[in-house]
Amino acid sequence: MLSSDARRGDNQSTMTALLKPGNPAEVEQAIRWALAEGKTFELVGRGSKRAIGRAAQWDATLDLSALSGVTLYEPEELVLSARAGTPLDEVEALVAASGQQLAFEPLDYGPLLGAPSGAGSIGGALAANLSGPRRIKAGAARDHFLGVAAVSGRGEIFKSGGRVVKNVTGYDLCKLLAGSWGTLAAMTDVTIKTLPRAETSASVLIFNLDDAAACKAMVAAMGSFGDVSAAAHLPAAVAARIAEIAAGRTAVTAFRLEGFAPSVVDRKAVLENLLAPFGALDSLNEAASIALWRAIRDVTPFAAKTAGDRDLWRISTAPSRGAEVGRALTEQMDAEVLYDWAGGLVWAALPIADDASEPLVHRLVATAGGHATLIRAPAAVRAKVHVFTPEPPPLAALTMRVRQSFDPQGVLNAGRMWAGV
Amino acid sequence: MAVAMPLADRAVLARRDEIVAALRRIVPGEGVIASEPAMRAYESDGLTAYRQLPMVVVLPETTDQVAAILGYCHREGIKVVPRGAGTSLSGGALPLGDGVLLGMARFNRVREIDFDNRVAVVEPGVTNLAVSQAVESAGFYYAPDPSSQIACTVGGNVAENSGGVHCLKYGVTTNNVLGCELVLVTGEILRLGGKHLDAPGYDLLGVVTGSEGLLGVVTEVTVRILKKPQTARAALVGFPTSEDGGACVARIIGSGIIPGGMEMMDGPAIKAAEDFVHAGYPLDVEALLIVELDGPRAEVDHLLERVQEIARECRAVTCRVSNSEEERLLFWAGRKAAFPAVGRISPDYYCMDGTIPRAKLPLVLKRMQELSQKYGLRVANVFHAGDGNLHPLILYDANKPGELERAEKFGADILLLCVEVGGVLTGEHGVGVEKRDLMPAMFSESDLDQQQRVKCAFDEKGLLNPGKVFPTLHRCAELGRMHVHAGRVAFPDLPRF
Repeated sequence: MLSSDARRGDNQSTMTALLKPGNPAEVEQAIRWALAEGKTFELVGRGSKRAIGRAAQWDATLDLSALSGVTLYEPEELVLSARAGTPLDEVEALVAASGQQLAFEPLDYGPLLGAPSGAGSIGGALAANLSGPRRIKAGAARDHFLGVAAVSGRGEIFKSGGRVVKNVTGYDLCKLLAGSWGTLAAMTDVTIKTLPRAETSASVLIFNLDDAAACKAMVAAMGSFGDVSAAAHLPAAVAARIAEIAAGRTAVTAFRLEGFAPSVVDRKAVLENLLAPFGALDSLNEAASIALWRAIRDVTPFAAKTAGDRDLWRISTAPSRGAEVGRALTEQMDAEVLYDWAGGLVWAALPIADDASEPLVHRLVATAGGHATLIRAPAAVRAKVHVFTPEPPPLAALTMRVRQSFDPQGVLNAGRMWAGV
Repeated sequence: MAVAMPLADRAVLARRDEIVAALRRIVPGEGVIASEPAMRAYESDGLTAYRQLPMVVVLPETTDQVAAILGYCHREGIKVVPRGAGTSLSGGALPLGDGVLLGMARFNRVREIDFDNRVAVVEPGVTNLAVSQAVESAGFYYAPDPSSQIACTVGGNVAENSGGVHCLKYGVTTNNVLGCELVLVTGEILRLGGKHLDAPGYDLLGVVTGSEGLLGVVTEVTVRILKKPQTARAALVGFPTSEDGGACVARIIGSGIIPGGMEMMDGPAIKAAEDFVHAGYPLDVEALLIVELDGPRAEVDHLLERVQEIARECRAVTCRVSNSEEERLLFWAGRKAAFPAVGRISPDYYCMDGTIPRAKLPLVLKRMQELSQKYGLRVANVFHAGDGNLHPLILYDANKPGELERAEKFGADILLLCVEVGGVLTGEHGVGVEKRDLMPAMFSESDLDQQQRVKCAFDEKGLLNPGKVFPTLHRCAELGRMHVHAGRVAFPDLPRF
């Protein structure tokens, strides 16, 4: 029934067939076919994040990249609708032309995965619940996801939400689909909130703080009138790999200010005053600041070409616990860490291990609170360790029931998150 | 009562004494209320047109008690209606005659304030305002501010995904909640989220928020707290037409300004408010806009200049900016008193809650005037202009036969109009019983089926708050059935590469 044309998927060890529907009705047909034939799909948008997740086997690939194009954009209403496979780059360029942005600042996994930049889709950004350094102020993709039309793993078209920002009509299924990694439904159309891009931005830097002191400085900044839109700490070896801050040859703690020009000037003074007791300060102008935060967003110090020989973890914890997670890792092995989200997001590049150091990472996360995702490791490792933090039994059972409520036969990406999910 | 509720289960009612005794064993002392006069306080919520005495009221104090109550009811097949402060405007906490009313008022402690992580951990019966009060000494606050914030509780806010006047800039409840402890109807206790961001797997907290008490009972909530803005100033701008006012709102946002609050009132609402609180509102305008800017002083002053320029370009006939905190509060006094002000000019009023794409406001107001003529009832409008959330207040007199029914029909027509222009049935008050039967105007059967399947994943027996949100109740077994037609599904047109 499927054509013989095929390609090799990153997660697959065998050749798989590819279906490329051109509209929602064809997505529905494809899933109904899989249900009838007892087949499973690997669900992809533009395929930029295929190497993330638990490695599993699927019978065929359902490629949504032909569902492409922005269908509605009304800047003054702060809303944009697009087919799910629309390139994220296209969406970001369109809103930028109207002085707007996706405030959740979706990171681009390309550099980390050794793949080209700018290869993701808007649907993929939502399915992976992407965010960037601005997460601490503006939220993640989930917070900007207003409406969706999708085909469930039951082969049924459904929609949820709408095109207005304030809406409590029925359950918010957009939240469930955000971060579900394609395991519940194939999104066909999405509606998101757009927001004005800041008129200008700048960064304040502190040099030579150790991780714990840096986290204290970030706590102070986040509780100030500085209205910081991003705060990150880069130990010396990591900072050395970002051109804008490499010259100091020390650790760098960076704070971003965004907004209208008079406001940025005002808050920069507030912040410098507050941070002066912590150490030597410097600042970056708008162009350098944009370049720095782009590098932090995409975690370029741990990019595949510089640190591809390392397993990479993304750990979300309480900001006050980040430094202790980082210290524990660096004490136990030759680990490199980068702290974003004012200390609450720890990117950890670890020496390659058969188990990607998964038991240790999850032990640390269990103590500190939060969760970890294995972003980069060979498929063979990702097939046998917990790529996503396991949930305790009653919660895992609920997760499984929720999955089955959308996809009882496990047609879509089954096993991408946990066994059976 | 125009809305049909699930039929009472006679077998359950016949066992009432035994059920009350079982609940008393779980919650000793004053925690179980079974006498009719005492239960009267619980017979309705903020939507007072609907009333129903519960079978029994139980007021637990601990998570273990909540788990025991739910586990017992689940085993025995008894319905449960959760309730916070009972301020719902959609009948979300309307009791069932054969159901246990689970009141969460005794969960009223702030458990932890963690300024380093900028979170507060509170019990669900803590009022919305009390969260801000608990953290204000360090200059922090909790951003969502529904107008009932002095009374409504955080648990209720989570259930309804409550908004407020500042949510365009600061988000609604779902954007400000980081974690919760959730008791499932089976009595299982789960933790979702915490002080960290995002979920390891499915965002279950995201779907529980706004689920109107149908998925579980929240016994603890971790909320994000924010540093209070250094200052806030407001502009009060009057326009000859609602088109001009709407255009001004679009221009402000289009120029990159996201105000802390942006509220609009129409002619009848302006007049009622001014007569009541004498805020100095102009009476010769058809639309009045309050634009509040908050943040650092330099930013607020800068943006107020730009807002005034835009207002002038949009044919504003009056424009005042607040020069003191007293003046800012006076600008707001009329808006905040709009509901009671309308209450003074009419024996009763019915508050609606649709959201529309903002550009459709003039059309919607015009059509609403036509409906007002048709039903012979007056209407006043207040509007969260920034996010398109419209609150029409329909004026009626419940003592005049037929007026309540006319008001309800008028209200339903307004909500259908909101959906017709691309909006939604409810922006922040919830579906509850009030809008339940209108859901098919916005959702297809398969949309609603998928929502109910999620409900089944949490509550297979359908015991939590039945009769709310969904117009038709399906059994989970029926919803779960697959309709696969093997061999009959062809897709010859599907491109394959």
